Amino acid sequence: MTMRLLSRAVLLTGLMALAACTNPDRFAGGAGGMNGGAGAGAGMGAGAAGTVSDPTSPVYFQQAIGDRVLFSVDQSSLTPEAQTTLRGQAEWLMTNADYTAVIEGHADEQGTREYNLALGARRANAVREFLVAQGVAPNRLRTVSYGKERPIEICSEEACYAKNRRAVTVIAAGGLTS
Amino acid sequence: MMTRLLALLLALALPGLAAQPALAQDGPLRIEITEGVIEPLPFAVPDFVSEGGGGDWGAQLSRVVAEDLTGTGLFREVPASAYISSITSFGSPVQFSDWKAINAQALITGAVSVSGQSLTVKFRLYDVFSGQEMGSGLQFQGTTDGWRRMAHKVADAVYSRITGEGGYFDSRVVFVSEQGPKDDRRKRLAIMDYDGANIQYLTDSSSIVLAPRFSPNGDRVLYTSYETGFPRIYMLDVGSVQRRALPETPGNMTFAPRFSPDGGTVVFSVEQGGNTDIYAMDVASGSTRRLTEAPSIETGPSFSPDGSKIVFESDRSGTQQLYVMPAGGGQAERISFGQGRYGTPVWSPRGDLIAFTKQSKGRFHIGVMRTDGSEERLLTASFLDEGPTWAPNGRVIMFTRETQGASGQASLYSVDVSGRNLKPVRTPAGASDPSWGPLQQ
Repeated sequence: MTMRLLSRAVLLTGLMALAACTNPDRFAGGAGGMNGGAGAGAGMGAGAAGTVSDPTSPVYFQQAIGDRVLFSVDQSSLTPEAQTTLRGQAEWLMTNADYTAVIEGHADEQGTREYNLALGARRANAVREFLVAQGVAPNRLRTVSYGKERPIEICSEEACYAKNRRAVTVIAAGGLTS
Repeated sequence: MMTRLLALLLALALPGLAAQPALAQDGPLRIEITEGVIEPLPFAVPDFVSEGGGGDWGAQLSRVVAEDLTGTGLFREVPASAYISSITSFGSPVQFSDWKAINAQALITGAVSVSGQSLTVKFRLYDVFSGQEMGSGLQFQGTTDGWRRMAHKVADAVYSRITGEGGYFDSRVVFVSEQGPKDDRRKRLAIMDYDGANIQYLTDSSSIVLAPRFSPNGDRVLYTSYETGFPRIYMLDVGSVQRRALPETPGNMTFAPRFSPDGGTVVFSVEQGGNTDIYAMDVASGSTRRLTEAPSIETGPSFSPDGSKIVFESDRSGTQQLYVMPAGGGQAERISFGQGRYGTPVWSPRGDLIAFTKQSKGRFHIGVMRTDGSEERLLTASFLDEGPTWAPNGRVIMFTRETQGASGQASLYSVDVSGRNLKPVRTPAGASDPSWGPLQQ
């Protein structure tokens, strides 16, 4: 049990470290970037692996397909637009079977901290279930919620809130299961 | 770790004074804490007299006592510049007429002696207008490092004798210290005295940490950390600053922990496949049982002080609302019915009220209601107030207030349960998620 936990933790750490290079929502700066404690590099496409002209690259996934979907206030249902994006994500994941993904759920700041953690988990899971329904193997997808802890937009207006209510599919190399 | 007091509350048999027991029930020196506006009670606390050992302890101690009392909003200090007579000896009779003349209704005298690292403080409280001592003198002994605690103990005793309520000054708060802008915020656990003094950091800022909660006797803290990249609950020993993760099932997010009143059980939320429910864990054995089973979000559990019930929040009705269920799980009754969303319920240590966060019409409020949901009162209103925690006496609430906009920052505030005396709590940086510990022993 202990060993199993440990191997998962190591694996996850590895995944997160990789993810730090492939997603603008990751917090690559500074020590411990894999655990979300360091700075949020919000620059689009910064450090993503590959090039956007290579359809098998994570940067293509991130920028050409779209790595995120947005949600309405206090909702976790997927809009038609979100479903279109996710169909593209599913197709890419099935074509590029060496990659796995961590789906990060987020909330805007209009909510209490712990409720927003649960809400972010609901959103991440809605994405996961959709991708699985499209045919992506469940063991390639993990979810994590950041609640309202990691906004990418910082104004206190709906324009910012709308972008913060998101689920981001972060591509990583390697298997997820242990 | 704070220095512990060597001995506590040694009642002094003070010679030469009538041992009048406590308060006359209709005596003039009595603050009834009600919801009405009150006129703060004027008091004087001259510098404590030095009885050996030197140093400036007398002035420092009396200053902290004065800050504690005036900080409640229930007392007003008569400044030393108004004094007609001075206190030069702890044992000499008080010239009540001199204190009456400056309208000091309460007079606190004290003496301090130092020997090496040992500090001894004693005090007396007088009802100036009746010319009598209130209660008997008390003596506290501790170390010079812990000198503020002795001042807090004096102030607690004074507050308690005059209001009839328990004190709360000799207590600590664990919270999340925050630095950096909203999109690059660094968080770490910190602990401090209730008034912001003696701050100490318990974690570094390499991982997100959230919502610490004290154990009932203040020896441990539960909190949520992303240390592994995934949110889970840790238990930290305050004395040794050693932490351990609570057992969990991999892949399930755990958060929102809180101790039972006996410290033996932890209730918390587990998220599984997007659904969040409440579980209870026996701390000693690690055995876990599920308390709620619903497809909605169930989180924020908090025990009643007798341990028999749990209040929590759920959006099973479609929006966040408050519910009460038996501590072992089972039928839950909704108690919040006002307009808006209700979250983060916390049962008062007195058992009479539940504090909560309310969101309504784009504003956040800290409020209280009776445990059946009746008599809801909102104590604050702002862009974002959340996460109330009770002072040990159940009279004061501390919470997080975050300001609006791109430069928004979180800080701690406190407010009286009556809604009076809203004020910031001094912290060196941004701060959130306070948990108020018990009165120290």
